Amino acid sequence: MATANATPLPAPDRFWDRLSIGTKRVIWAWTFLALPVVFYAVIRFYPTFQAFWLSLTNWDLLRPAQFIGLGNYQKMFADPIFWKVFQNTFLYLIIGTPVSLLISFVIAFYLDRVRVLHGFIRALYFLPFLTTAAAMGWVWRWFYQPVPIGVLNGILGWMGLPQQPFLRSVDQALISVLVPAIWAGLGFQIIIFMAGLRAIPNTFYEAARIDGLGEWAILRKITIPLLKPTTVFLVVFSSIGFLRIFDQVYNMTTNDPGGPLNSTKPLVLMIYQTAFSSYQMGYAAAQTVVLFTILLIVSLLQLYVLREKK
Amino acid sequence: MTATTPSSTELAANSRNIRPGRIIAWTLLLIGGLIMVTPLLYMFSTSLKTSGQVYDLRLIPAAPTLDNYVKVLGDGRFMQWFFNSTFIALTVTASNVFFDSLVGYTLAKFRFRGRYFIFLAILSTLMIPTEMLVIPWYLMSSQFGWLNSYWGIMFPGMMTAFGTFLMKQFFEGVPDDFLEAARVDGLNEFTIWWKIAMPMVVPAISALAIFTFLGNWTAFFWPLIVTTSKELYTLPVGISSFSAEASIQWELIMTGAAIGTIPTLIVFLVLQRFIVRGVMLAGLKG
Amino acid sequence: MTTKGKLALLAAGVSFLAVGSAQAVEIEYWQYVFDSRVKAMDQLIANFEKANPDITVKQTTFPYADYQTRVVAAKVAGQGPDVLQLFYGWTDQFVNGGLIQPLDPAVFPHEEIEKDFFPIVSAMKRGDDYYGLPTAVRSLALFYNKAIFEEAGIEPPQNLEELLAAAEATTQRDGGGNITRAGITLDMGGQDHHWWREVLVRQNGGEPYDAEGNVAYNDEAGAAALKFYTGLQTEHKVGLAGFMDEGQAAFRAGMAAMTIDGTFRLGAFADNPFEWGVVELPADANGMRSNYSSYFANAIGATAQGEELEAAQKFLTYITSPEAMQIWLDVVGELPARRDVALTEENLADPILSPFLKGLEYAHTTQFYDEAGQRQTAIDMVNRVLLEGQSVEESLDQAAKAEQAIIDSGRQ
Repeated sequence: MATANATPLPAPDRFWDRLSIGTKRVIWAWTFLALPVVFYAVIRFYPTFQAFWLSLTNWDLLRPAQFIGLGNYQKMFADPIFWKVFQNTFLYLIIGTPVSLLISFVIAFYLDRVRVLHGFIRALYFLPFLTTAAAMGWVWRWFYQPVPIGVLNGILGWMGLPQQPFLRSVDQALISVLVPAIWAGLGFQIIIFMAGLRAIPNTFYEAARIDGLGEWAILRKITIPLLKPTTVFLVVFSSIGFLRIFDQVYNMTTNDPGGPLNSTKPLVLMIYQTAFSSYQMGYAAAQTVVLFTILLIVSLLQLYVLREKK
Repeated sequence: MTATTPSSTELAANSRNIRPGRIIAWTLLLIGGLIMVTPLLYMFSTSLKTSGQVYDLRLIPAAPTLDNYVKVLGDGRFMQWFFNSTFIALTVTASNVFFDSLVGYTLAKFRFRGRYFIFLAILSTLMIPTEMLVIPWYLMSSQFGWLNSYWGIMFPGMMTAFGTFLMKQFFEGVPDDFLEAARVDGLNEFTIWWKIAMPMVVPAISALAIFTFLGNWTAFFWPLIVTTSKELYTLPVGISSFSAEASIQWELIMTGAAIGTIPTLIVFLVLQRFIVRGVMLAGLKG
Repeated sequence: MTTKGKLALLAAGVSFLAVGSAQAVEIEYWQYVFDSRVKAMDQLIANFEKANPDITVKQTTFPYADYQTRVVAAKVAGQGPDVLQLFYGWTDQFVNGGLIQPLDPAVFPHEEIEKDFFPIVSAMKRGDDYYGLPTAVRSLALFYNKAIFEEAGIEPPQNLEELLAAAEATTQRDGGGNITRAGITLDMGGQDHHWWREVLVRQNGGEPYDAEGNVAYNDEAGAAALKFYTGLQTEHKVGLAGFMDEGQAAFRAGMAAMTIDGTFRLGAFADNPFEWGVVELPADANGMRSNYSSYFANAIGATAQGEELEAAQKFLTYITSPEAMQIWLDVVGELPARRDVALTEENLADPILSPFLKGLEYAHTTQFYDEAGQRQTAIDMVNRVLLEGQSVEESLDQAAKAEQAIIDSGRQ
């Protein structure tokens, strides 16, 4: 490493010494950034453009890619399965996000005030967040089995309630896949909500109490508005998570992927199958462009909501 | 304790009074928490049962046995996958701690032309979903012979925009005076970053490390695509393929899932405070 | 020594060197991972190398799910195998993708192939060329749990009527009417789609595909077959799709009295904790039987040429020889693809093998274009009836159109 001390050193060092402090720092900065700039260019930006390009080709691993214009997009928008998948993806989002946020807020709100066994109870909620979705998919899949083996149906039977088909139903399967995803993410959301709650200065509450506001009013007028940045962050974070759901579906429906009758298939699973089971790389790339567009819109909405607040 | 009427003072965090509402809320929270871990408890319980007892849905096994673990761990595959996952998650975490911090620091503390452009460029990659990149990455990997290698699994995650952004936020809070003082002492910029600035953001580094490790430890999609030989599977991919090939023998599937879960649980129990604080920090600043 | 003499010596040296390099021919053999298959192939390779010391064979294996992708990716990278195994249903994809080459009729004469092998080998023929030869073939049979049958005091069924009666006699339900032990497994994702396509449709007087390979089951016969199959759950309630997740799992756990499965399941069922037996797939009321047979063939990779091609041909000849088939039967348990090796007295007397062997005599082989896609149409067809309550005719019609679309796009 070059040092600023003027011990006699070969020429490059004297050249280095002649540079102004500002120039030296600029050189340092670009030295630090050199490898990362190459990384982001080669591993992030170039593949992004390549994905757009591939989406306009019929590349299938075997034959060289040929430009086919918007053919893949036409095929996709004419495919009823794509629209089914599109609908599923949004169902995961519009059920998953509000339900998980509501549950985690209520838990965080009460857990925040608990003193007795606080750490223990918090750990109970947090543990599922540390599990591997691929492994838990199989645990839940077992839970959903019909009698005599399924735990949930066993409990239903014990309570005298009718058996439910869960994963073997076009109506219940999507929810059944969603529950483990919500379950696994809850701990994270609770922790973040609690951090947000603690960041609200106590003086706000004291002032409200002096004004004689009731608990409900405090919640509505102080807690929830002040939690907005936290909530927006969690909405975006979990929305993106639900839009990209894959691990659970893949593992819970291995013998009829995304089934029954495509009722659980999300966009990412369709992409996976198109690319790596059918080798229709160009068509799959077009599907990833759609996913990209959806996520972009969600992210831009977040920026818009945050800006409005300022 | 005296009976009290509900009042706004309930909100006082340090109130020591015990009210019926609180007891109910506490009880419900506890029950909810227990429900949360029920799937994990059933997983462990079933991993200790024989195939004949799987149909017995009681939580406590009648005659617990470790036979399933012997069977599943016996051929060494899980150990190999465990090693792969650990090695990959640690390497990627080290790389992220180093590069994300370095880039975050440079963007926070250096003034040079193009700084804002670089920052925006890196930040914009947050908008690009992994799923969009896997096909080009797959193509790249097959051209360079990276399919089925540790490097092939790791290369996409060696640096992340999230980590860079997080570290930049924290480095901005480091006072310039300290860095200037070090410059006066004749330290070079790399040493200043590594020896002076880094120790001042240790909480952020640990948050970044926890997130990166966890993310890579549980990663499924890309490792599933890029690995094709069993020796190179990561634990999640291994568990998935093992389960699919176990011909629906639930006791073995649960054992595999338990083996994948136990290490993280132990680490969590040891480092609980640390991890929770790290998650809070990353969540708030990120 | 004269110049001529020196030249002769030199020539001898060169030819000696040439022989030396010929001795170093190494060819690569690819198949998917399945313990007993890998073991059997190791044994075959050892025997082959002993007989052909100038050739070495390197075996490379991949997990089943990735196998096709790996073959394709290797072709992209220009370093494919010399001899490889493929499911007969992938032949079109492999031929169209330029992954395999036709067998030279001078080395593998067509008359001999057609005389010695079971007729299903014709599924490897495209135009005038054979693209591969099987070592072993598979067929289906009905597995039954002997303990449950004894308890119910019944004999294994010989026809569909008896099958229904046996299933009814062995099904157990709880107070709520839920099945706790199935009479027969329903698993369209397993082997049932073959049973429906090649057996039930035919037994109802139909044909699954016409001579050109187009879907032909969209008629009364197809509807009757689908009605019979779904009726097992909806009408007779002797089985439940998804019961115990997979049919084989239910049978293996003793939770199903009967299941339809293939030769390849024999190994997995060997350590079932109960006694089980095998009978031929049930006949129809007129005693007509059918079966579905399939196989993995061995083909020569498109990149093999010159002395590697020669070595590959020798190796393919050996692994489809009677000796290799006997080893495959002993190690893997799959049926020999040559008639005279399969239909020996000893094999026909074996209570487990003989139902499968008899099935081979009248088996059909579906000409798949996209095996996974076509299977999915069958799974969906049954699910529409079972889960959405769609009528059998409508669901059949929809399945026929979807499968025809796959066939059409496969032909392009």
